[in-house]
Formats: sequence, C-alpha cells, structure tokens
Amino acid sequence: MSALEQSAVADRGGPAQPLLSVKGLQKHFPVRESGALPWVKKGPARKVHAVDGVDFAVAKGETLGIVGESGCGKSTTARLIARLIDADQGSLVFDGEGVAEFGGMALKDYRRNLQMVFQDSFASLNPRLTMEEAIAFGPRAHGLPAREASARARALLARVGLAPEQFGGRYAHELSGGQRQRVNIARALAFEPRLLILDEAVAALDKSVQAQVLNLLRELKEERGLTYLFISHDLHVVRYFSDRVMVMYLGQVVEIGPVEAIYGAARHPYTSALLSAVPSMDPANRTQRSPLAGDPPNPIDPPAGCRFRDRCVHARAVCAEQAPRMLPLDADGRHFARCHMNDLASGYASSAPAANPEAVQ
Amino acid sequence: MSKPLLSVRDLNVRFHGERNASALNGVSFDLAEGEVLGLLGESGSGKSVTLRTLLKLHPPARTSMSGHIRVGDTDVMALQGRALEQYRGGMASMVFQDPGLAFDPLYTVGEQIVETILAHERIGADAARARALELMERVQIPQARRRLDAYPFEMSGGMRQRAMIALALACRPKLLLADEPTTALDATVQIQVLLLLRELQRELGMSVIFVTHDIGAAVEVSDRLAVMYGGRIVEEGSVADVVQRPAHPYTAGLLASTVVDVPRDQALPAIPGAPPDLAALPPGCAFAPRCAHASAQCREQVPALQAMEGDERHRAACWHALLQPAHA
Repeated sequence: MSALEQSAVADRGGPAQPLLSVKGLQKHFPVRESGALPWVKKGPARKVHAVDGVDFAVAKGETLGIVGESGCGKSTTARLIARLIDADQGSLVFDGEGVAEFGGMALKDYRRNLQMVFQDSFASLNPRLTMEEAIAFGPRAHGLPAREASARARALLARVGLAPEQFGGRYAHELSGGQRQRVNIARALAFEPRLLILDEAVAALDKSVQAQVLNLLRELKEERGLTYLFISHDLHVVRYFSDRVMVMYLGQVVEIGPVEAIYGAARHPYTSALLSAVPSMDPANRTQRSPLAGDPPNPIDPPAGCRFRDRCVHARAVCAEQAPRMLPLDADGRHFARCHMNDLASGYASSAPAANPEAVQ
Repeated sequence: MSKPLLSVRDLNVRFHGERNASALNGVSFDLAEGEVLGLLGESGSGKSVTLRTLLKLHPPARTSMSGHIRVGDTDVMALQGRALEQYRGGMASMVFQDPGLAFDPLYTVGEQIVETILAHERIGADAARARALELMERVQIPQARRRLDAYPFEMSGGMRQRAMIALALACRPKLLLADEPTTALDATVQIQVLLLLRELQRELGMSVIFVTHDIGAAVEVSDRLAVMYGGRIVEEGSVADVVQRPAHPYTAGLLASTVVDVPRDQALPAIPGAPPDLAALPPGCAFAPRCAHASAQCREQVPALQAMEGDERHRAACWHALLQPAHA
C-alpha cells in the first residue's frame, strides 16, 4: 500500500459529518472595459458577479445535483470547489477539516480526495498521452511507482468497460466521445477520490451513450462509496440521478432541497419556471405558453433586491427593496428557498405589485 | 393527398477525402405544404447532412450525390449558378444551430437582413429596411427598431437566434430548414424559440424541417417525425405514433434511454455499443450490431421502409419490427 492510497480513503468524521461544506463562497471577475486597445478610454471598473455567497453541504454518499442556466455560476462554483481558481471569499471544509488553512488539510491532500470530470471529453485529455499514460499520470505525480500506476490504470480501464489491451495504447483522437468520457472517469478514479465533480459530464454525449455512462457512474458510486456533485442543464437527468438538487440563479442559490421537494413542490418561482420550460414529451399536451420571457440577465451588475424580480410574475415592490433570505421550508430543515413569498416577515403580502415589463402574465 | 411541396427520392451522399463516408444511403421522404417534419437522430445519423443537401451546401469537389430532390416544381439537383442562388433563401432557407457563427460579425443585423432582401428582390433600400423591421417585430425582438442597428455580439443568444429566424424568413421561403435551432440555448429561452417557430409556421403556412437530437423539442413543434440512423430513415410517422408506439427497436431504445420517468433506483435501459462508422457501414441493417432482436437476415439485407398496422403513414425499416407490418 502506498501513501497515496492510505491518505485518500480514510473517513475521519463519521457518517453524520458532511463530506464537504461550502461557506460564503464568492468570486467576482473584473471586466476589462475595452482594455485590449490602449488608446480606447477605459470605462468604470465593473465585475461579473459569478458566484455571490454560496453556502451548502454535501453528505457522504450523496449526489447533489446543481442546475441553472448559463451564467448562473454553477460551473464557477465547481471550479472554486476544485480550487482550480481561487475564491475571493469563503471557506471549504472537507470531512471536518478546513482546506488549505492553518491546522487544516493540505491542498495536495484535498485535491487527491476530489476529482473532476468535464464536459469536453477531448479537451480534457492530453493528445500526446496514451489512455493508459493519461490515467497513470496523476498517481505517478503523487508518488506512486510507475509499474503500480500502470497496473492501476489498466484495472480502471477494464472497470469502465474498455479492454486495456485494446484501448490502453490508443490516443484521445482514436476514441469515440463516449469512450473518451469513460477514460476521463477512469482517470478521475485513479486517485481513489471520495468526491467527484461531474460538470456537464454527460451533456455532449448522444442519448443512447449517455444512458450507458450514467449507469456506469451509478455502479461506481455504489461500489466505491463515492459522493457526487452533478452539474447539468438536463432536468430529466438531474431528477433521475440526484438525491438533492440545488438551483442557482445569477450567482446565488435560490432553492435547495430533496429531489422530490424540488420537482414536486418547488417554492421559488424561478425553479417552477425552469421546470415548466422542459419540453413536454406528449404530443397531445404540448407547451402552450413560455413560463418566462427574455434571456437570463447579465451577471455584471445584477439587480438589487431579489435577482430574479425582473422576470418574475409574482414580483412586488418589496422584491426590489430588500434581498430575500434563504429560509427553511420544512420541519427537518432540508428544503430551503430564497423568496419573499415564503417569508411572513418580509412584508410581501402587503407590498404593492411591481410593474414588470418582461414578465409574462 | 395533394402533391407534396418537397419530395426526396433515393438520396445518396458520399464524402471523399482522407476517409470516405457514406453519409446518406437512399433517403426518401415527402413533406406536405404547411407540414412540420421533425428529423431526429444522434450525431452522425445524417440528419444535418440531409438539410445541407437540400440547399446543396456541400463542397462539390469532395461530395458525390445521387437521387432526386424536388421543391415545388424545381429540380434542386439540377440547379446551378444564379438559379441556385435564387433558390437558397428565396424558396428554401436555413436556420443554423449557432447564430453567433452564422451572422457576419462586422455588419449590423439589419444590414444583413436588408442585403438578403435586396439580393433576391427588385425593391428599394427603404422598402427593404421597412421589411427588415417588420420581420424583427414578427420574431418578437423587443425594441426592434434599435436592434436593427445592433451588431450580432451586442445581442444575447436567444435574441440572435430570433434575428437568425428573421433573416431566414426575409424572402418568404416556402420551406424553412432548422438545424438544431434551440440546442445552444438555455432551457427557458429554448421553449420561447420553439413556441415562436410553431407560431410563425402557422401564420405563414410554411413547411418546416426541424432537425434535432432532442426528442422533447421535436415533439413540441412537429406534425410528423422521421428517425435517422446510419444515414437512413429507419422510422417515420405521426408524432404520436413514433413516440407512443415505436416500431423500430432503435426508436424504442432512444425513447427508453431518454430519461423521463425512470424510477431512481433502476438502471437506465441503455442501448449497448456505439453509433456506426459511416466509413464502414455493415452490409445489412446499420443498427443490427446493437440490436437485441437482430438475426442473420438483419446482418445481410438492408430492410426497406414498410407501413405498420394501424396507420399507413407509420413506416419502419426493420425485419423484426415491434409492430405488425400492415401487409404481412
């Protein structure tokens, strides 16, 4: 047993301790205003509010689905958690230990416990490495002897359904999209991680292949006790695959809860709109009206108060005046939403309706 | 049935180059006036190639085509030069998947629509601009007058796709070809564009071919569906027939692997294997290597489309169709 394996699988805090908790995560990207041409006068410094105060926890062995439209910050959240980019603010606690902070867990150990699978299966593989080398690369960099790393790579290839003698020596361009995504999954597993971030990992695959990869991910989760953060825009897949779902809008979490609560009893108007925008599969029962008008707004300078109010049919004056709080909605404290309508103290009931040009009545 | 607007017969398209690929293998279908056909398939199934062939967009030097395409009274395969230019955009026009690439970034959206109108019709620039404005309003772009002078990059994805549709409709085509027009859009925007397409089709009475890999989107807008696999149409019929009683095992598998209401504790019914290599198609049914029902006959002979019981227009190309053939 190498040091790599020992440190990777140890469970420290017991089953009740969340595997990962994220607190106050924030990332603003500065926008360079016409900065490319030196003689063009620069405008005022503006920021993209990509992620603005995100809090959540993932329990051990759970799959947390993250949904939202482009620009809502779901991928930035994933990259912040993987520490691929540094957060402006916020902290990560992995199984009870602070990540990369004094007295906590070293960043290198954290990264070994967490791996990521990206949407673009081709761009995430080095074109000059064979599949076996690609999978063995990480463990070798973390100190596993070459022979062991290769053996592990071959075992993993076999596990994800690719015969090692056939695929181990191939390069990325010699594989189909589904096969490449299997290799990416195998590579992520090479560290024996405990948390896997799947960022639109099945989005680029054809439906028939997507089902195969989803089945593989389910089996691997059972087998290895993995925890998944599953980011997707496909609401059908999220419903099937997740235990809990987190809905994001303009850099904030607007609703989070068990999958049945989100799909059956959504309490944020955005969640309801998002769910009813899914095309119906029943030709006798087609969608008659779009639940929302307009595009998701620009995350530069998001509106004050509730960020969804410009597109919300229920918006009232109070929604512009104060930002809604994240409120628990059920007795066991698993379902939360950020909307004044659920908050008796907000004064929503007595507030005047807001004039809303974009909202569909 | 009256004479169809579009009739495609035995269309074959092969691409040459480093690798030869048989992209289309004997595709035949009709499209009535005012009808919406959803062309469904996975990558490499030939759905986009079919659309591009209808506009003759493939580079002639590297493509060999055979078969017949007739739109109205026009023989599309024989069109050349000026007549082809008039046909593209005038009779049939296309909405592409990525409007960010389809627009020229250096001209405003209005200029590009006006240019298209002037290229096809002998009218003044002012009249063309007035029509462009009317089109922008018709596709429900807010503040259309101002957006006419906007560059493509100044618009959001959904707005660009609306402008793309306005451009495609500029010369009142009889046939609109939509190549995955909503795939790149967010869910809440996608449904808006789908509803817009449906509304415009009804108002203008156009025929539409809607290519997509998303069954849900196809069901929202189509009257009929055709499912493609390995460069062939394997099943076609009314939306209800294809979605609710599929006859081809591939259609059934595709529907099953489109997760809608699968219980969470069950594995998904996935189709094993991968889509076929168009450079080396099997001699028989292209789906046979992945099919649970495949027999020796499937591996040797290509099945033809035949009518299924219940509806003459519901046809499938399968030796072991899941429904009874109408003339067994």
